[in-house]
Amino acid sequence: MEGMESVAQVTSSLASSLATGRILFLLIHLLGIVCFAYIVAKRLVPLLRAKPDLRFDHPWLRLGRVLQFWLGQWRQPRYKLAGTLHIFIFAGFILLAIRAFSVLLVGVSENFVMPGLAGKAGPIYDVITDYAATIVFLCMVIAVIRRVVFKPARYAVPAKFGKAHTADAVFLLSLIAILMLADSLFAAARAAAPAQAGYPVEALAAFSLPWMLKNALLSASLSTLGRLYFGAYLLHELTFYFLLCYRPFGIQFHVETSLFNIYFAKLDREILKPVRWGISDEHLDQVKSFGVKTFEDFTWKHMLDFYSCADCGRCSDNCPANAAGRPLSPRFLTIKARDYSFQHYPIFGPGKNGTALVGNKDSGSIYTEDEIWSCTTCGACEQECPLLVEYIDKIVDLRRGMIDDGNVPQSLQKPLKALESRGNPYGKMEKKRADWVNAKQFQQACPVKILDKTNGAGTLYFVDSITSYDDRMQSIGRATARILDHVGESFGILGAAERDSGHEVRRFGEETLFLALRDHNVEAIRASGAHRIVTADPHAYNALKHDYKDVPAVEHISQVIAREVSAGKIKFNPVANDSSVYTYHDPCYLGRHNQIYDEPRDVLDAIPGLKRVEMARSRDRSFCCGGGGLMLFYEPKEDQRMGVKRVQMAAEAGANVMVTACPFCMVNIEDAIKVAGLEGKMTAIDLAELVDQQIARDCPDLKARSIAAQASEVKECVALSAK
Amino acid sequence: MEILVCVRRVPDTSENEIQLNSAGNDIERGDLVYSINEADNYAVEEALQIVAKAGGTVTVATVGAEDDEEVLRREMAMGANRGVLISDDAFNGSDGRGIATILNAFVETGHYDLILTGVQAEDGGAQVGGMLAALLDYPFASLVTSIEVLEDRKLKISREIEGGQKEINEIDLPCVLSIQTGINEPRYVGMRGIRQVAGVPIPTFHAKDLGIGPGAVGEAGAKVKRVDYFVPVLGKGAEILQGSREENIDRVLELLEAKGGLK
Repeated sequence: MEGMESVAQVTSSLASSLATGRILFLLIHLLGIVCFAYIVAKRLVPLLRAKPDLRFDHPWLRLGRVLQFWLGQWRQPRYKLAGTLHIFIFAGFILLAIRAFSVLLVGVSENFVMPGLAGKAGPIYDVITDYAATIVFLCMVIAVIRRVVFKPARYAVPAKFGKAHTADAVFLLSLIAILMLADSLFAAARAAAPAQAGYPVEALAAFSLPWMLKNALLSASLSTLGRLYFGAYLLHELTFYFLLCYRPFGIQFHVETSLFNIYFAKLDREILKPVRWGISDEHLDQVKSFGVKTFEDFTWKHMLDFYSCADCGRCSDNCPANAAGRPLSPRFLTIKARDYSFQHYPIFGPGKNGTALVGNKDSGSIYTEDEIWSCTTCGACEQECPLLVEYIDKIVDLRRGMIDDGNVPQSLQKPLKALESRGNPYGKMEKKRADWVNAKQFQQACPVKILDKTNGAGTLYFVDSITSYDDRMQSIGRATARILDHVGESFGILGAAERDSGHEVRRFGEETLFLALRDHNVEAIRASGAHRIVTADPHAYNALKHDYKDVPAVEHISQVIAREVSAGKIKFNPVANDSSVYTYHDPCYLGRHNQIYDEPRDVLDAIPGLKRVEMARSRDRSFCCGGGGLMLFYEPKEDQRMGVKRVQMAAEAGANVMVTACPFCMVNIEDAIKVAGLEGKMTAIDLAELVDQQIARDCPDLKARSIAAQASEVKECVALSAK
Repeated sequence: MEILVCVRRVPDTSENEIQLNSAGNDIERGDLVYSINEADNYAVEEALQIVAKAGGTVTVATVGAEDDEEVLRREMAMGANRGVLISDDAFNGSDGRGIATILNAFVETGHYDLILTGVQAEDGGAQVGGMLAALLDYPFASLVTSIEVLEDRKLKISREIEGGQKEINEIDLPCVLSIQTGINEPRYVGMRGIRQVAGVPIPTFHAKDLGIGPGAVGEAGAKVKRVDYFVPVLGKGAEILQGSREENIDRVLELLEAKGGLK
């Protein structure tokens, strides 16, 4: 055919059109990279001034978590729609990374082909990435529609926290969409070119974005295609570098920091950050100032957390304090700190001197005291965050700072003082701590040993303060003791030697008092000679397991009961009331913090005739009852009690009996039933109380036997009673 | 502004079960937990807030024995610059006026612009502040609920009256004020704070350092002597309302109105 160019000529015509911009493109590359490097260096400055954080251990374990949470997007599916969208977007980004680099380099090195993609892999990769770009583009459209039309509640910004983030979100989403378009147009122009020479066009992935653009360009002239090719390249490059340099100014920085944030994430979520990494408990007097008072008191990892927040709002969406209308919103704890760091460590210009983080807004503080005291440390936020941002350590550190400065609400000062003087927050006398075992009938049926050097037992039942002193909760203590007795456990309690476990004392920032309580208890526990600890209090359980060192292994009573049920040592009578519908409320420190979800449920399901329903928010999505320990004394500013919300959730699930396995949950739930006006329609019972009530006690001799003999005797006894 | 706060270590009523001893002449003190008298703590906090704005120092002093040093240390951990123990066997058994006499002698050893006491010791008679002012011949105001430092060595103070009214007065320095609880929100002091001041020396002033003769104070000098100590007989107890919630609410409103709780 006359005047027709070859494919090679057509391609080289496009290439030469691109080549005219080579110097410009190179300049943009250099400018973009230098700007990005400069910006990142500036962003690293506060991290260099931060407190130390020891996160360089267990590299393989950390890499494994990167695979799970970063590459595997493990947390994303917890919100189905947003999660699916993000998984696609993330996968698209990963797949397109190489393609993006290829495109960028083609502008300066004409025949550049990515190593590894020269042969058969090249076209396959192109097909994959054609679809990837299309999917990412579609996701951007859907995301913008979600933001602008459907406006999911968790993205909303309450007035006190500033203006809505919608505009910025739409801007960024649009830029990514433009990036995809530019990339697709670039490929489309090149693919369409051979049509001008009468040759079949380059095959692109059918129905992908580049494919659609290519079809639209089939009739375009070669010179038009050349201009489009050049323009698409320039647009791609500019958008790419603009995004690269803009990301560190907002929530999109998580694109770069997420991998590091997950790599350096805490391996053991339950070990609280020490006052200062690298300084042991014995040397704490060397530390001049406890806790976080100014921004630089945060560790570098905390600051990295602030950079890595994607503003998704899942934490606050699940925060019970937030739902109750308390001033706390975890998302904004992070966003405010991030904005603070951007303000005080700007990219251009001098930094500003820091002020106290907690205090008055007019003096530059970003947090109010109530905001920080409102947290029950339930861990719902940390459970949800796809980037593994840590909250509890920060709250505890901020509280340490306030305690150090003497800035403590009066409502908390009294129980703290009582804990110091009497070892319990109620100010009751130490010698009365074991009075609950002296209840007339109980003492005769189930005498409880007080352990000390001369009087030992294999198992220590650690009762803790509320079960020891509170009239209502003492029944949990007695029920627990009767259960241990029933299964033939040789056990005792510390009695007056026991002090509060200090679990909340530590989490409210009074580290010194906590260490004093802990040291006292550890000594008493060792003196008891017990080689095993059992408790019915999840806060005590958590403290003994994670905060205490050099103590015997600890179990929660639900674990003991579950084991004895499956071993056949505990048998149940059927429930008396047919109309009771039970639901199990997961206590935060048993469930979410220690993953004990199944044992209490197995126990309930072993009770004949017990009808059980699950609340919508259960297991690791359980909704905190309101908090325990010192939180019972704090007077929060809130719209509605957390407990009331929880009791309503139980009613919604169709239950009329709430079962829980924590004395603090019991306090809050029983209170809430009254406040919610559900008295008579809803009751609450502790798991130990329920088990104690339902245990089939037809073998009275069992108590006196040793554990070894019991196994065969239970069989005998059951066989006897079956006759 | 040099401020002296007179404090006292008392059995903590919220952390103790106050019971009579077997002899029936005092409370059982074996198992008691002591702490600073609540009103005195408010006074120290107020003093700290005043010097934070107006400059100066805060001295805390107590008449007692070695055991009482712990409250001095606690207030020093709170921020007081100096703690002083005023102790002598001759002081034992002093009545309120005796204590005021001892404190008067101590005040004369220094130069204090403002002297604060708590309104009442939890186991005391709300008298030392007034008596001290009289012995010093200083102006005195009691039940103070706010202090503002004015020019010309004056203070603007307020006091809450029964019925919720507030009375504002002006008083010249130097003066003595007795401080009512609730005047401020005292800062928290924990074990760590106390450890940090553990090494600071607390000087002790004896009778001879203050030039106090034996007859003026102590049991010998007491003009008011304790005769008896008893726990009142328990009354009937609370009235428990029976009935539905609505009925109970109506009854409570009735009772409140009848007893003058509602206008």
